[in-house]
Amino acid sequence: MTTTPETTDPSGSSGTSLAAADFANDRASASLGEAFRDWRDRIRGGDMGALPAVLGLIVLAIVFSILRPQTFTSELNIANLLTQAASISVLAMGLIPVLLLGDIDLSAGVAGGMSAGFTAVAIDRSGQHWTLAVLIGLAVGALVGLVIGLLVSRLGIPSFVVTLAFFLGLQGVTLRLIGMGGTVPVRDEVLRAITIKSMPVLAGWIVVVGLLAAYGALMVVRQRRLAQRNLQRPPNALLAVKFASLAVIVLAFTAVLSQNRSRSAALEIAGIPYAVFIVIALLVFWTFVFGRTAYGRHMYAIGGNREAARRAGINVTRLRISAFVICSMMAAISGIISSSYTGSVAPGSGGGNTLLYAVGAAVIGGTSLFGGKGLIRDGVIGGLVIATIDNGLGLLNQAAYINYIITGSVLLLAASVDAISRRRRSATGT
Amino acid sequence: MTDPLLELRSVNKSFGPVQVLHDVDFRVYPGQVTALVGDNGAGKSTLVKTIAGIYRADSGDFAFDGKPVTIHSPKEAADLGIEVVYQDLALCDNLDIVQNMFLGREATSGGVVLDELTMEERARTTLASLSVRTVKSVRQSVASLSGGQRQTVAIAKAVLWNSRVVLLDEPTAALGVAQTRQVLDLVRRLADAGLGVVLISHNMVDVLEVSDRITALYLGRVAADLPAKESNLSQIVELITAGRSGDIGIPAATAAESA
Ligand SMILES: Nc1ncnc2c1ncn2[C@@H]1O[C@H](COP(=O)(O)OP(=O)(O)O)[C@@H](O)[C@H]1O
Ligand SMILES: [Mg+2]
Repeated sequence: MTTTPETTDPSGSSGTSLAAADFANDRASASLGEAFRDWRDRIRGGDMGALPAVLGLIVLAIVFSILRPQTFTSELNIANLLTQAASISVLAMGLIPVLLLGDIDLSAGVAGGMSAGFTAVAIDRSGQHWTLAVLIGLAVGALVGLVIGLLVSRLGIPSFVVTLAFFLGLQGVTLRLIGMGGTVPVRDEVLRAITIKSMPVLAGWIVVVGLLAAYGALMVVRQRRLAQRNLQRPPNALLAVKFASLAVIVLAFTAVLSQNRSRSAALEIAGIPYAVFIVIALLVFWTFVFGRTAYGRHMYAIGGNREAARRAGINVTRLRISAFVICSMMAAISGIISSSYTGSVAPGSGGGNTLLYAVGAAVIGGTSLFGGKGLIRDGVIGGLVIATIDNGLGLLNQAAYINYIITGSVLLLAASVDAISRRRRSATGT
Repeated sequence: MTDPLLELRSVNKSFGPVQVLHDVDFRVYPGQVTALVGDNGAGKSTLVKTIAGIYRADSGDFAFDGKPVTIHSPKEAADLGIEVVYQDLALCDNLDIVQNMFLGREATSGGVVLDELTMEERARTTLASLSVRTVKSVRQSVASLSGGQRQTVAIAKAVLWNSRVVLLDEPTAALGVAQTRQVLDLVRRLADAGLGVVLISHNMVDVLEVSDRITALYLGRVAADLPAKESNLSQIVELITAGRSGDIGIPAATAAESA
């Protein structure tokens, strides 16, 4: 950081050409070494991004592979793990807009359970088509989000309190809908297929390769445009390394999931579970909205400095409402995925540790509980971490109390990392 | 003397029973720095916010470019080319320089997708035209900037929009010596570029050095409006603290009545 006072000739700016030092970092392409140094400085300054989550994922994978070599790395378990991660990730992605604004939605889990309940009831008791039933579930979610948003942003009740009230109240609604001790089965073939069926192997390969190609092409186009205008850009080599590692991981998983993982000889199960594609679609969509549109930019601005956003003419009230609507609708999708996995909706669906897992996923992924910082992908990466812990501990057959203690500790650890890195950021100002 | 770019006549503003501005006449000339001075609570920020459309004057006339206008919202002020740099900057620490400069008025391609490249280039051009040389990258986060650099960004944000009048509310209050210098130079350059600049400051040495005209407020009334060249330190201090100095200023009777 430069703090030297500027020395300008009294004639002002007229005719002065830019010296080499002006915006030095904005011109031309940085070298790989420089990019690495920048990255290291950012991490030291407290901006760790997804690094802790990725490292955690690697450590967890190694530990569980050693402890349960037969089961943890089996094709069946990997497919299972990804399916488990799907509902957590979707809920976590939905929470991120709310967290960006510095708010919280404690009712998201049970809102998802309730929405899934409405969807299941519409099919099972009223014989509706699954499409209409899903729309009903989404509408219920949207309505919940709208009411929460209005209470928070118009009445000014802290989101913590409003959503705690909804956490209790919505469970009551689900109980009334389904009945004490009852469950509503999810038998619809399409909804069940989300988690128990997989895309045919060939189609899966085509989609995966197509997505990777599109992502790579996007990178190239962006880099070209930056180069054309001679603007700051990451080194080509760095992009190549990033893309190559992503491609290797994705293709390796596709290869593993393309194996037959059925335990009986009579039946073949292979391919990527459909739930994974739902997660990818939502990830791409929301990443675009929050990264590339003015709406997304304004959400970050509100999280960073609400008053500044207001003075910039941003409708803070409306955007806060929208965050809760997005959250509850994503919760509805998450609830439906979850009900597809378990095959039923019960009054307790979406309760228990559902919300804690999702908040944990977002925070582990790198989203700050203090607002203003976070990416949609945090929900997916963090969701994988949480699902891996849950899945691995399940394979270890530990007593339930150990799972609770470990998962609680992981959430606390992630929140500590968040708080410490925030302190560092304000100390070093990066 | 050229005609004023912005002219206020007999502006009154009350908050409930408290009258904060009394028959204020205020003029901003193109290419000049008009210093607005006065003690704490004199009504400087209120006057600025009234011009910016944040508050609505109870009575009084506004003229811009010689034509009568009304300013009833921040947007109407911005449409006229009036921009304000607020006392508390109003920058988002988690966004970078470009994102802050375009906040709320982002450039898009096709109305949806942010046009980052255009914004980045315009931000850089604006900063360069202000001879801001201490910023390494327009993509660095505002949190990483020094106080002077943050002030610079806030000012650049205000001039990005082909603004014609820029009002700066105590831009140097929280700055060190070198950074104050930097900002004052910038203020001067804005005026030299033809803008009408209003500078609020409590540092009379700075005011005398950088401004062309000085308007002194005393308890919500204009005590004096004089060329900086014809003024001096002790006279301004007297105008600020007593409302009059020698034979200029508010008549003693009026001053006593509003006190
Ligand atoms: N929004 C408001 N409501 C009521 N009184 C206000 C408001 N804003 C300012 N005032 C009062 O108006 C007077 C002038 O304030 P201000 O314009 O901030 O003074 P200055 O900027 O010159 O220090 C003060 O007495 C202040 O208490
Ligand atoms: Mg003030």
